[in-house]
Amino acid sequence: MQHGPNEEYPIHRSAGTGCRSTHAIRALRLKLRAMTAQSRLHVPDVPARPGETPDFSYVRLSPAGAVARPPIDVGVRETSELAETLVRVIDPEHRAVGPWNPQLSPQVLRGGLRQMLLTRLFDDRMQRTQRQGRITFYVRSYGEEAVSVAAAMALSDQDMVFPSYRNQGIFLYRGVSLTELMCQLLSNSRDMCKGRQLPVMYHSARHNIFSISGNLATQFPQAVGWAMAAAIKGEDAVAAAWIGEGSTAEADFHQALVFAKVYRAPAVLNIVNNQWAISTFQGFAGGEQRSFAARGPGIGIAGLRIDGNDFLAVHAATSWAAARARAGHGATLIEHVTYRAGAHSTSDDPTRYRPREDFDFWPLGDPVERLKQHLMVLGEWTEEQHAALTAEIEAQIAASWKEALTHGTMSDAPKLDRGLMFEDVFKVMPQHLRRQREQLDAELS
Amino acid sequence: MPKMNMVQALNSALDVCLARDPSVVVLGEDVGYFGGVFRVTDSLQKNYGTHRVIDTPIAEGGIVGAAIGMAVNGLRPVAEIQFADYIYPAFDQIVSQLARLRYRSAAEFTAPVTIRTPCGGGIRGGQTHSQSPEAMFAHVSGIKVVMPSNPYDAKGLLIAAIEDDDPVVFFEPKRIYNGPFDGDPHKPAIGWADHPQGEVPVGHYTVPIGKATLVRAGTAATIITYGTMVHVCEAAAREMGVDAEIIDVRSMVPLDLDTLVASVSRTGRCLIAHEATRFGGFGAELSASIQEACFWDLQAPIARVAGWDTPYPHAFEWEYFPGKKRVQMALRALLDAT
Repeated sequence: MQHGPNEEYPIHRSAGTGCRSTHAIRALRLKLRAMTAQSRLHVPDVPARPGETPDFSYVRLSPAGAVARPPIDVGVRETSELAETLVRVIDPEHRAVGPWNPQLSPQVLRGGLRQMLLTRLFDDRMQRTQRQGRITFYVRSYGEEAVSVAAAMALSDQDMVFPSYRNQGIFLYRGVSLTELMCQLLSNSRDMCKGRQLPVMYHSARHNIFSISGNLATQFPQAVGWAMAAAIKGEDAVAAAWIGEGSTAEADFHQALVFAKVYRAPAVLNIVNNQWAISTFQGFAGGEQRSFAARGPGIGIAGLRIDGNDFLAVHAATSWAAARARAGHGATLIEHVTYRAGAHSTSDDPTRYRPREDFDFWPLGDPVERLKQHLMVLGEWTEEQHAALTAEIEAQIAASWKEALTHGTMSDAPKLDRGLMFEDVFKVMPQHLRRQREQLDAELS
Repeated sequence: MPKMNMVQALNSALDVCLARDPSVVVLGEDVGYFGGVFRVTDSLQKNYGTHRVIDTPIAEGGIVGAAIGMAVNGLRPVAEIQFADYIYPAFDQIVSQLARLRYRSAAEFTAPVTIRTPCGGGIRGGQTHSQSPEAMFAHVSGIKVVMPSNPYDAKGLLIAAIEDDDPVVFFEPKRIYNGPFDGDPHKPAIGWADHPQGEVPVGHYTVPIGKATLVRAGTAATIITYGTMVHVCEAAAREMGVDAEIIDVRSMVPLDLDTLVASVSRTGRCLIAHEATRFGGFGAELSASIQEACFWDLQAPIARVAGWDTPYPHAFEWEYFPGKKRVQMALRALLDAT
């Protein structure tokens, strides 16, 4: 849908200029120009709005198995094509094909399915909990579970991860307990953030997971710095970070890439292209005609564009990039092509800006369903096993929730000590904060 | 006169300016098709097109930098930063560029940019959706800084900001978008319909930047405040039965010091209240300026009520927020001081 300048810039219809001095003259000039010349401002197209038929013809696909897998020491220039094609392993018949097949054992695959299902069912339950008013806010990772789970499985536990707020699958895979996450969501007496953070802004130093920031893209240069430190210290660990495609517009993203290139930092830099930044389509982040992964080779690090809903592709690409980084060949920018199947957060209603049934039309399917079908084709999984696993996880979530509630909620005891509000601003509490803490006690006594 | 809430009043201001002045453009994250996460730009893209109401990438530095360039080339951009907490990537463009362009180019280049941004707490937004960073901008020479406390002022001040040839950072206290808030989160929310300042003309009018306004006349003390705290202070004084004069600063830069000084000289007692952290907050500037002008009339030290000097904590929202109790304790101490 192209917008003609006359409909879209109705300057000639407006009355009066309403401004003064040189600006009045400039505005007049502008008005005259608009009446005579075509506006050439390009506004990215959005394929379908509410009420229209979903259209994903803009997503460039490659057949499963079609993309070559170069050695990990391949030159950056040689990855230019990998940054535009799409690495896929699971084919339409649910078989694993091609050079990127990570050849994982059925046991590992079942573990991956369990983790993705756990992530999804946890998300669903916490979303309902928010709707019931027990927690203030929630962000689901619905449809993007493979991006977190497969990557976490492909990394080593010593690798430091810098997640965004839609990577709960990493926390769960690394062994942060459901109860621990729930206590954070409840801001209760066991909240890891001591009541200071919005729900889902977890962290876990003992699991090598950095603190999540509500301000976007900030983790990208930090991950690169962590990786530089690992290189300086001669350690094996790599850093991995995740960012949404929308946030790649932030300067932090570009600065991260430059540092990663200059110092050949051992980092795995992931762009989760889930097509939407709240209401803003990926075209507004620069996704038209060019992949996000291509920014890697553009700046001088390897780039990979992969099927983010293909558990095997995410695992294989992460393994490749981590091995490349560990061997001293530098960072890789991986674009995971996926879809934000749900709302941005519990504060968002996507039916206002995209077709309700969008996800049904998404060409890369559902990551949980695809791994499940793959395991079934291998003869390693049945519907009965799946139903049993679902029931087991739901019971686990229910039990964890029950336990979390015993540690309190925002309204019910036991509650966090309000004095915690003044701690950790500095290592040692300065006098003015001690006084303010006393003042608060007086206020509430 | 029609009733409007603050969101509708701001939307009306943008509508009026887009209709009157072809050089006005609106840009920001989610402002176009979606109409903004708080609906302030609702329907504007439908009515004025995608070349005048522009959805942008998530890049606050880019939004403000581009707005400056557009302004230099004759447009009058109104940029939205989705939350004040997200304004910092644009800080360099605001502080080093927007604020100084007129000065450094001897007025050959100017950038009449308005930056709208929702601020303040009380919505369970945690530390990344609750900040009040007005002092950081008021500290910079070359930008005007305003914050309305009701729909009528919101519309009039926004039109004045857009028509101003200097850059303006326009803070919108999001807790009072839909109704005045007296600081008690347990009371049912009320709308703007019954508030006199909820009556908003449909057409063009301005509220001058640089003028404070009297909220309530009184003799016992002067309360100087702005934004959400105007309503908190009003309720606090009313419930205490204290005949306090309340002044809404509205415009931090330029500051209407004369109005503040005249009142404090009369009452001899001054309490300053804001949501932002206390240390180095805008209250410190108010306190110093008033003390310089009113020292011989003061009957008690100037008191300040503010947020604590910590990041805004999610779980302790109401222990953090400077509610009625904190205002009343400070007011009591102020009145008792001899």
